[in-house]
Amino acid sequence: MREGALRRLQRRPEVWLLAVIVLVGAILGVAAPGFLTLANIVDLLETYSVQAIMAMGLFVVLVSGGIDISFAATASVAQYVAVLLATRAGLAGPLAIGVGLLIGIGLGCLNAALIHFVRITSIIATIAMMSVTFSLLMYFSGGRSLYDLPEWWTDRVVFWQTESPNGDLTRITLPIVAMLVAALVTWLFMTRTPIGRQLYAMGGNPEAARRIGANIGMLQFVAYGYLGFMAAVGGLLQAHRVGESVPNAMYNTELSVLSAAVLGGASLSGGIGSVPGVLLGIVLLAMLQNGLNLLGVSSYFFQIVIGLTILISTSITVLSARKRRRHRNPSEPLGTPTLGATTQEPARV
Amino acid sequence: MSDVGSSATNTSLNSLMTRLRAGAPGGFPGLLALLLLLVTGFSVAVPGFASVGTLQSFMQQLPLLGLLSLAMVVPLITGGLNLAIIATTNQCVLLMVFVMRTLLPADPGGGTVLGVVLVAMLAGAALCLVVGLVTGALVAYTGVHPILVTLGTKSLIDGISIFLTRGQAQSGLPAEFARAGNAALFGVPVGFLVLIACGLLVGIVLRRTPFGISCTMIGSNVEATRYSAIDTRRVLVGVYTMSSLMCFVAALVSLAIFNSASADYAQSYLLVTILAAVLGGVDPFGGFGKVSGLMIALAILQVISSGFNQFGLSPYLTAAIWGLVLIAVMTVQTIRPHLGSLRRAR
Repeated sequence: MREGALRRLQRRPEVWLLAVIVLVGAILGVAAPGFLTLANIVDLLETYSVQAIMAMGLFVVLVSGGIDISFAATASVAQYVAVLLATRAGLAGPLAIGVGLLIGIGLGCLNAALIHFVRITSIIATIAMMSVTFSLLMYFSGGRSLYDLPEWWTDRVVFWQTESPNGDLTRITLPIVAMLVAALVTWLFMTRTPIGRQLYAMGGNPEAARRIGANIGMLQFVAYGYLGFMAAVGGLLQAHRVGESVPNAMYNTELSVLSAAVLGGASLSGGIGSVPGVLLGIVLLAMLQNGLNLLGVSSYFFQIVIGLTILISTSITVLSARKRRRHRNPSEPLGTPTLGATTQEPARV
Repeated sequence: MSDVGSSATNTSLNSLMTRLRAGAPGGFPGLLALLLLLVTGFSVAVPGFASVGTLQSFMQQLPLLGLLSLAMVVPLITGGLNLAIIATTNQCVLLMVFVMRTLLPADPGGGTVLGVVLVAMLAGAALCLVVGLVTGALVAYTGVHPILVTLGTKSLIDGISIFLTRGQAQSGLPAEFARAGNAALFGVPVGFLVLIACGLLVGIVLRRTPFGISCTMIGSNVEATRYSAIDTRRVLVGVYTMSSLMCFVAALVSLAIFNSASADYAQSYLLVTILAAVLGGVDPFGGFGKVSGLMIALAILQVISSGFNQFGLSPYLTAAIWGLVLIAVMTVQTIRPHLGSLRRAR
């Protein structure tokens, strides 16, 4: 029994990821003295909170079997419009935030409509939507940044703080709390509600999910709407953190968020993935960047590390999965993939 | 009667037909009509649009995007994707510039310049060959989704380029190279001729060779292809190698256009190449698509861009309209068969 549990544990990508994180953490802790301090870790959490929140939304879409490239553009639009309303039109705080969140949900639902009703492949639909929304934002904003955010928006919200003997102040601020809440809500939603379970079912096999009575159209709207919402939350928090709204500040973050989600074990063909895994993926990327910085390695080097990490980790995951399958049932024809997988996975012999 | 059943088979038949039509000549007249409509529309609305100058700039701007789209379309037809094309192209240009700058003596004669340029081109081609082989091997032999593999290689290649150049643009080329690259034959820029030649080459390879047929078969159903005694993994390695070699040609054109090299040139073209391919009727799931459709789609995008440019509209608005055109074309393709079945029902 105990061995069985151990083996089951071994099979989870999260466990491997955690092992890698502990290893990397230990190495960096020894090599860079400033790394394993409370102040540095909290700072790290805050820096990556926005990406983590967006990753939670993307995770839901990935589980549902889709992909979304447009969320960074959605976040930028929601942020910019909300800031514009708050500064130029003098809208009250809750109203501006509400409008921002609604824009996020609306753009997400537009993606879902294109994918479900017009039947455009999710990657194409969201690439097109990204092109449209981001270009329109740049056109109408003229690329101008907004700096005069109202005070209620940029004031730090501190939930807990401590001062170390040498005077370093460590604060748990709103972005960190928001990230934890987003992770908890997403985890509860995906594991404890019928809709969450149906999303897993749809990602695994949409036709099977439809036949057991899942409302595929509704699920698409939920998944992309949720991502739109999370993207808007991320966008609003980003403005809170940096105290300004730059239209193209978040452009190009989509690929690093996607890498983090995939590192954490979310499958691009859908149906697989977990919230802790995605969080660990973010943590690993954050640790690598921060640690290399502390070690004095050129920041230009970081992209090489990301590339290698993606290539190595995904290859190992797929190769070990294949080996397991071979061990488990030799008589089973290799790679009896689902409908989605046939078109996506190259042949294995 | 079994109304429900028959309508269900009808719709599934229809959806099959749309899938077929998207790549087959059916979608073709529509695209041509759209192109003609745009050209006449702009000619009427924008004074000075219908001129030799417009045609010249059209032929100068198209080659780079066109060659990159060709690099994208080959993996797309197999149901994959190569996100590393821009990164590969830029690194290839950087390498060629580096070789030229190191090998070129202070006062070179014509023969030396030619030799150095040839050596640089060989080095660039070798780099692209290696990148293509490695990418293809990773896709074929690990079984990781091409999006992820090429996301990794893109990050890696870009990282190396940026690391080595510190993000700075590199220049200092022999003037002869730029002159040859920007020359024209009977008023047609060399780059455009290169694009036409490569388009023909890729089109013929995809249509008329066993390799090309294997590509479309893999895009339709990789398992069935494997059971048809085709070594799908070797084909996939070939696909990504071909894509990378197209990047080499794109690198030559890019070097001629910009006369310098940087890790972040043309990065915004990445998504546009996918957009052009899909607009041209290439099925993003693989299996269907023709180079001729891609070429017309490229012409449409370029006409929109030139037209709006002369209209004095911002390039951002052009990008937005490109996205809208794609969505509109896809919508029409989805709705058309439903209109047909409605008419038949009546």
